[in-house]
Amino acid sequence: MNDPIIRINGLTKTYDGGFEALKRVDLDIQRGEIFALLGPNGAGKTTLISVICGLVSPSAGTVSVAGHDIISEYRAARAHIGLVPQELTNEAFETVWNTVSFSRGLFGKPPDPAHIEKVLRALTLWDKRNNRLMTLSGGMKRRVLIAKALSHEPRVLFLDEPTAGVDVALRREMWDVVRRLREDGVTIILTTHYIEEAEEMADRIGVINYGKLVLVEEKTALIQKLGRKQLTLQLHTPLAQVPEGLAPFDLALADEGSTLVYTYDAAAREEGEHGIAALLSALKTANIRIKDLHTRQSSLEDIFVDLIKERA
Amino acid sequence: MNLYPVRAIYMAEIARVRRTLLQSIVSPVISTSLYFVVFGAAIGSRISEVDGISYGAFIVPGLIMLMLLTQSVSNASFGIFFPKFSGSIYELLSAPISYLEIVIGYVGAAASKSILLGLIILATASLFVPLHIEHPFWMLLFLVLTAVTFSMLGFIIGIWADGFEKLQLVPLLIITPLTFLGGSFYSIDMLPPFWQGVTLFNPVVYLVSGFRWSFYGISDVSIGASVAMIALFLAVCLATIAWIFSTGYRLKP
Ligand SMILES: Nc1ncnc2c1ncn2[C@@H]1O[C@H](COP(=O)(O)OP(=O)(O)OP(=O)(O)O)[C@@H](O)[C@H]1O
Ligand SMILES: [Mg+2]
Repeated sequence: MNDPIIRINGLTKTYDGGFEALKRVDLDIQRGEIFALLGPNGAGKTTLISVICGLVSPSAGTVSVAGHDIISEYRAARAHIGLVPQELTNEAFETVWNTVSFSRGLFGKPPDPAHIEKVLRALTLWDKRNNRLMTLSGGMKRRVLIAKALSHEPRVLFLDEPTAGVDVALRREMWDVVRRLREDGVTIILTTHYIEEAEEMADRIGVINYGKLVLVEEKTALIQKLGRKQLTLQLHTPLAQVPEGLAPFDLALADEGSTLVYTYDAAAREEGEHGIAALLSALKTANIRIKDLHTRQSSLEDIFVDLIKERA
Repeated sequence: MNLYPVRAIYMAEIARVRRTLLQSIVSPVISTSLYFVVFGAAIGSRISEVDGISYGAFIVPGLIMLMLLTQSVSNASFGIFFPKFSGSIYELLSAPISYLEIVIGYVGAAASKSILLGLIILATASLFVPLHIEHPFWMLLFLVLTAVTFSMLGFIIGIWADGFEKLQLVPLLIITPLTFLGGSFYSIDMLPPFWQGVTLFNPVVYLVSGFRWSFYGISDVSIGASVAMIALFLAVCLATIAWIFSTGYRLKP
């Protein structure tokens, strides 16, 4: 079964008032992958998820989930989906146990206390199962929303900024939960503003800006393709300018000549001619002595910021 | 039709009602008692009889209808307005369920509560006046159909309302006047002929009249007209709800 689990074709959303929040988005989500959707505030991430889940009506285009159109076969399509919304929304007076059990019933599944218990334990909510929602902290409320989405055993899980307002330790726990879900074959689509989260979790990354999907790429390929490495050399004696013998390398002087910065493509690092080894021997020839050195690979965050700047 | 979602919605709504059960039962019981004291005892003592029935007994069906209509509308409208207001409606909209299942769950729960209230008021009334129910089956049928129909109306109002003011305004501005002018406290042939004609456009007249008939065997309009009127109203509400869910009106941007 290599069909994509979600197929989005030419999806456009124009809100009442004429604002175009999605512009002909085409996207396939593969079965079992973790897909991270990145984009600045107001880019259209939540709108995209909302259309797929049935909260917002599309203006044009089609979406299918596991081969079922989200409008003409909405029952079959939605039965696969679990949604964790961006906003915290809760029936304040309900208990954790009741609200999570309610979600399971709402999605047409027979009661299964053992499954609910498993979900609550996985999200460290078991001790709070008899608490009313209004007595929980913000991070716990978010976990309740995740538990609600998992209560009906979805095959596709949408997480709209799942770790906003969640502490560091818990964030790692959530990542573990997500990974375990993936091991069980659940497809996960998440949005986040924490780039390191996408870097840590995702198999593929999509970047959306002004309602347009500007990039979809395997994460590793993306980092390799766009990532640049920097080698910083601390010099013994400051230089006034880059010596002529080093001209073939992309070098820049910093800190009043006491630091030499070499920028190179991560993909091109094997090429002998302009590689680090070549640079070092060239430095030796030019009789430049080095105190210290370190390298740094540009992160997804740098790539992301560049991309948004470029296309803006 | 899948029964699990219907049951989930129904039970959650009943649980919500149960949390506020005391106040939601005590207040109608008190206000009904007040009506009896004022209309039944104070005014009723000056009015001898209406259609051969003591005034206190005459107003019982109308009073129950008054409570049934206002309670059904307010329960059902709040039941769906609240998730819309808090945002938790996202779950309802993303669930693999049809509008019929949603309506049965919400309207069923709201109607259950008003039927319970109606029966409690009936019991309260029997403390004040000797009661006599000629057609108990029809009485129950009218009670259930009216509760369901007006819970549907409340459900529609709850979806339409975009603020608490509107939620309270409609029952206040429309339901209460229609019930008061619908023959709850008088027989419409006590009105001048012109107003009798006008009254026939008030749907509540048919409900109160039919309901009163089930108690005392007397009615302002024919019983067939009463049943037809409820059926028509039910159909209109159902069609409106179908339209709301097919277009996403006030539910989906
Ligand atoms: N109901 C609505 N009516 C009109 N415009 C809307 C509505 N919902 C969202 N928008 C607009 O659509 C655009 C995209 O919003 P969306 O919520 O999808 O952004 P986002 O990428 O999720 O942003 P964030 O990172 O802040 O959550 C925004 O400009 C927003 O103002
Ligand atoms: Mg968003």
